[in-house]
This record gives sequence, structure tokens and C-alpha cells, in this order.
Amino acid sequence: MREVKTIMQSQATYNYKVVRQFAVMTVIWGIVGMLVGVIIAAQLVWPELSFAEWLSYGRLRPLHTNAVIFAFGGCALFATSYYSVQRTNHTSLFLPGLASFTFWGWQVVIVLAAISLPLGITSGKEYAELEWPIDLLITVVWVSYAIVFFGTIGIRKTKHIYVSNWFFGSMIIAVALLHLVNSAAMPVDLFKSYSAYSGVQDAMIQWWYGHNAVGFFLTAGFLGMMYYFVPKQANRPVYSYRLSVVHFWALIFTYMWAGPHHLHYTALPDWTSSIGMIFSLILLAPSWGGMINGIMTLSGAWHKLRDDPILKFMITSLSFYGMSTFEGPMMSIKTVNALSHYTDWTVGHVHSGALGWVAMISIGSIYYLLPRLFGKAEMYSTRLINVHFWLATLGTVLYIAALWISGVMQGLMWRATNADGTLTYSFVESVKASYPFWTIRVVGGVLFLVGMLLMAYNMFKTIAAGRAVDDAKVLEPAHAH
Amino acid sequence: MDFNITSDFVSGFWNIYVIVIVLVSILWCAWFLWMQGSVKFKPGEVTGHKWDETLEEYSNPLPSWWRWMFYLTVAFALGYLALYPGLGNMAGTFGWTMRGQYDAEMKAAEAKYGPKFNQFLQQDVMTVAANPEAKEMGQRLFQTYCEQCHGGDAGGATSFPNLKDGDWLWGGTPERIKETIAAGRMGIMTPKGTKPDMDAEQVKDVVHYVRSLSGLSADSVRVQRGAELYPQACLACHGPEAKGMEAAGYPNLTDKVWLHGSSEAKMIQIVTNGIQNQMPAFGEFLGPAKVHLLTAYVWGLGGGVTPAAPVAEAAPAAAEAAPAEQK
Repeated sequence: MREVKTIMQSQATYNYKVVRQFAVMTVIWGIVGMLVGVIIAAQLVWPELSFAEWLSYGRLRPLHTNAVIFAFGGCALFATSYYSVQRTNHTSLFLPGLASFTFWGWQVVIVLAAISLPLGITSGKEYAELEWPIDLLITVVWVSYAIVFFGTIGIRKTKHIYVSNWFFGSMIIAVALLHLVNSAAMPVDLFKSYSAYSGVQDAMIQWWYGHNAVGFFLTAGFLGMMYYFVPKQANRPVYSYRLSVVHFWALIFTYMWAGPHHLHYTALPDWTSSIGMIFSLILLAPSWGGMINGIMTLSGAWHKLRDDPILKFMITSLSFYGMSTFEGPMMSIKTVNALSHYTDWTVGHVHSGALGWVAMISIGSIYYLLPRLFGKAEMYSTRLINVHFWLATLGTVLYIAALWISGVMQGLMWRATNADGTLTYSFVESVKASYPFWTIRVVGGVLFLVGMLLMAYNMFKTIAAGRAVDDAKVLEPAHAH
Repeated sequence: MDFNITSDFVSGFWNIYVIVIVLVSILWCAWFLWMQGSVKFKPGEVTGHKWDETLEEYSNPLPSWWRWMFYLTVAFALGYLALYPGLGNMAGTFGWTMRGQYDAEMKAAEAKYGPKFNQFLQQDVMTVAANPEAKEMGQRLFQTYCEQCHGGDAGGATSFPNLKDGDWLWGGTPERIKETIAAGRMGIMTPKGTKPDMDAEQVKDVVHYVRSLSGLSADSVRVQRGAELYPQACLACHGPEAKGMEAAGYPNLTDKVWLHGSSEAKMIQIVTNGIQNQMPAFGEFLGPAKVHLLTAYVWGLGGGVTPAAPVAEAAPAAAEAAPAEQK
């Protein structure tokens, strides 16, 4: 009996196909999304580049955010969660057909977004611009994702559930909830709907969604990625199990409260605004828990940072994560927000998270995955990974430093007054003063994009020399001690 | 001082609900941290679970600086809620509201800067326009409230009037300019003027006639036909000599100033569909002193019209009215 079971186990293989598909599309959509980002950054410096209505800033900006968050980030989350959920649960994916559907379904969502947004078809809700038919498709794909993911955990051959799965799982549940509530709308026709909410309630629900899109999609999900790939790449145990327990529950509990800090000094009642602010401050420690656990995992193996560019990506991403999760609570303080809100500072803050944290941890994880998915010991060129690392780091630093300066400058210019109380600067003067920094932003963005192009080259070379691995044996069941 | 006159809640239940859920949630964070921080740790040892060949976890304790930072934010949150609004309808001991902060800042600004502006209220617009200090202040106000439409140099743009060319839709005397700024203006041209049954050819004829009035290129046959249509279609508003009517903002068609553009296509479009154009009202928003300064600035840009006779009497009258207003 024992022997039969062993033979059956050794015949089962991991489902790498869907992981490969998502991993390759992560790189492709990353290039597309970042290219659109570079274009709109350039349009701010050279407005004449905004020449056709469907290539205008107002239409391309939501395309950029949707492409980098949901196409690039989404594919990275699918790829890494599908890989790690199998490997940490010592079983193949539950319902592989449904997993394949999530790949094609998600690609259709992305393509529909890439068509509808430039055409000006939008619900007007930030990070939730897609119109109701696409929202419905997202719902179907996301529920399928949940079934595959939780089903795989359900058929696990390990007693305990590894920490990366907690984070991925919380992300899947929370995003489903956020998407369904915030996208509730009354359709007028196929291309237009109106929000189910009105006035300040609509704004509050939008930013409850918006901030938790950051908190769950872009933080919890990528922490799940971190908890699998950092210990794997460093080949070290996670620093503290207890820290992961505390910061996990505190993080997912506290994030839900933080949305109102996007609406300070608006029609939102004072009490709501205050609660958003204090929970944003409480969020600092739970956020940093993930950074500590990730960086300290390297403790005792710091030398690996010298010659492993993949690890460099991961550790740098954790540093940017720590920095932006310190900056966020600070910006949620009402008096700081009075200066920072509506300026470039916010945009810089978002990008220290998006480029520094989300993109870098994804890039590192995908570099870890590709050779394993295509039957190679390592990527085609480690040197190119290193060049990519420096391009990405330099690009991120240029981007966020430029926008810190322009953001604080704008905030100060807007509130400067003359001896008679009139404003010292007209709005357009603050625009003019921002040009040098917007130019630096374009340079930073281009550097980051060039890095992604190198990654694509490196990836296709690796694929060309490798083979699709479909015979990776599922591990033996792990028993409790 | 009580700005919280109306409650944000439809019933007392929601007030209590918010208070309870906020406090319980904050205290839960602290309790959870305390409970999880006091379990037995074995620093440097792994927990004993292993996944995917190599994944393990150390049984290290929570870093103490991190725990204290966490407690500190919880304590700050509780302190903040005691001082500021946050727990439902409870105002907090500081009694702070954003509305209150705004009113206080506006009041302080009025006390500090109000006299600087009010001093000019007692002078008539043309005197203020000649005052260099007033001109500077007026320019700053213009750059804040007017330049978005009329341009930094007040030269206007398509559909936004030039304010320094001496051409006024609604009149260029101090009185009229002030009225325009304070109460706003709404300019309306009805589709096909007063002859709604004109066909496309007739519209074109009228357009050519109008173009000929200011020397724009025009077809002479159409001009002739258009001239016959003008009395029925345009005269009621633009007048027998096509000089417009300032009282109602009907433009002069002979002065070579074309607010919305002078191409044939544009003019056909406007005559066919009519057009509306609006200047927003600033009186309530800026108050009389700033409107007065802006009036003087705009009047002094070069196009201001000096009123005929009654100025000498009007000025003292304004001076009498102003101090009363200040109280």
C-alpha cells in the first residue's frame, strides 16, 4: 500500500504550463504598461505629443495604471501564486482546466481594457475604470482563480499552510470583495454605467476600494510572493514565524480602515477622516513587519548580495517597501496631507511602491522562475540581470527623488502668500517650475523601461535554449512533527 | 463655536456603533500584539515545519523596537481620538473641526489683510487704477482668479474676451466692468437669430453679408442677398448699423473683433446653432473690496472707458457708501 502511494506520487507533476504563460506575459505587459507610462510622462513635458484624442493624456493615464497594476502586477501574482501554491502544498493545481481559463480570461480583460480606455469608455473610478461588462468578466475570472487557489490548498499534502499562501489567499478574498462592492453600478447601455452610490458615499467607497487595491493587490499579494521567493533565493529560513503571524493579521485588519486618508479636507465628515488617519499610522508597524522578516531572512548570508543580482532585486524591493510604507502613514497625517495632497509627491509615493516594491519583487521572482520553468540552471545572462538591476534602481531613484522635489515645491508654491494675502504664484507658475523635474521623471522611466527590454531579451534567449518543463515531480507529502 | 450642529448619523445607533467598533479595533491590535509577543520563543531554532524541500521558519521573537513602535501608534491613536473628532459624534476635547479651522484661518486673514483691500473701497475706480500699489494687488488677484480664461496678459483667447483692446461686449465703464465681475454675464445668441426658418443657403448669405461689414472676404452676390435677410434675422439684437447692443452683450459686427473666430465655417456654425458664453459671478466669493480692485485693474489695462458726466457726483457717493459697508 505504501509502495503504491509512492509510485502514484512520483507520477504526479506540477502544472507549470499556466505558470509559464503568466510569467511570460508579466514581462510583455510590463513593457507595454511602462511604455505607456513613459509616453504620458513625456506628454507632460511636451504637451504636443498628446495629438490624437485616443492618445491623449486623459485616456492613456488610466491605461497606464490599469496595465501596470492589473496586467503586469496581475500576471506576476498569478504566475507566482500558482507556482508557490503547488510547491508549498506538495500537490498539483486543483482544476487545471479552470486555471487555464483564468489565464485566457485575464488576457481578454487586459485586451478589452487596452481597447476601451483609449476609446474613452470609462466608469470614471480610479483604478476601477473598466465598464460593467468587463467588470463582470473580471468577477468570473477572479472567482475561478479563488477556486483554483483555495482548491489547491484544500487538496494539500502538508499539514501546515505556508505563510506565502496566507497572503495570496487574503489578497484573493479581499480583492473579490472590493471589486464587487465598488463596481456596483446601473448600466445605461453596453458602454456606460453609473455608480450605485452618490456623493460623498461614492467617494468614500471608491477610496475604500482604491486604498485596499494598494493594500491587498499591491501589498498583501506581493508579500506572499516575497515570502516564497526571498527564502528560496537566499536559501535561508524565514526570520521569524511569529512576526509573520502578527504582521499578517494586523496588516489585513488595519488596511481596511485606511481609505479615508485619500479624502482629507473634503466633504467627508471629520470623524471618518480622523479614523482613516489613525489607522494609517497604526499600519506602519504591520507593514514594516514584512520588510523586517524579508530583510532579516538574509541575516548570516549577506555575502550573497554581492554576486546574486536576483537577490539584489528582492532586497532592494523590500527597502523601497519599507520606505514607502513609512512615507504613506506620514502623508496620511492631516497637516502633512494639506501640503502633499494633489501634488507630485503623491505620484512619487505611489511609484516608490510601484517601481521600487511591486515591480522589483516581481522582476526578481520572475528571474527565479524562468530557468525552472524552461529547464535551465540559470538565466541566459546573469550579467544582463545585473545591468537590469542597476537600471531599475537608478530609474526608480531618479523618478521618486524628482517628484519629491516637485511635489513639495508645488505644495509650497500653492500656499505661498504675499504681504497682502494674495497668492504669490499663479497655478501655471507652479507648472512651469515643475518642468525640470518632469524631465528627470521621463529619464527615470526610460531607464526602468530599458531594463524591462533587457529582461525580455534575456527571457527569450533563455526560452530558446531551454524546453518547457512539464515533468517536475510533485514532492512527497510532508508530515507534521 | 459649535460647528457640529447637525449629526453625521441618521440615528443614535450608528454613533454608538462607530464608537464601539473603532475602540474595539484599536484595542484588539494592542491585545493581539501583547498576546503574540508573550509566547515562548526559541531564538535561532527553526519551528520544525518544512515545505518545498527548503522552506523553514525561525522561532525568533518579535523585535522589541518594532513592538514598541506598534504600541506607540496605538497609544497615539487613542490620544488623538480623545483630542480630535473621530469617535462618532464626540467632538474631542480640542473641539477641532476642519470647518472651524477654515473659518478661523479666514477670519485671521480678514483681520490681517482686510484693511489693505478696504482702503481702496473709498476711492473711485479710476483713482484706484492710477495707484501703483493697487495696480500690483489687482494684478495678483487677476493672476489667481482671471488668468485661467483671460490669459496672463489679459489678452484673452478664442471665446474668452481680450480685456485690454478697448472692445467691450458689456461695456467698459467702471460701473459696467464691476457689474460683470461681481454678477457674471451670460451671452446668448439664438440659433439662426430671429429668423429660425432660414435654410442653409440663407445662413450662408447672412454670414457673407456680416463678413463684408468688417472687410472680411465675402461673395458679392451672397452679400446682396444677405443684406436683405439681415433686418429680419439679426437687426433686433445687433442693431440697424450692426453695432450691437452693449446693454445686453450683443456684439458689434463691424469692429473686426471676433470672439469665437472669423472663419466662414465657424460663423456658419454659430449662426446655425446659436451660441452661449458665460462669465462666472465673483461678487459673493471675493467680496466688494477685491472686486473693486479687480475692476480698477481691468479698467486700467488700457481699454477702460471713462464715463460721461456724472462721475464727479458718483465718486463722493461711493465714498459715503463704503464706510457704512465696512461696519
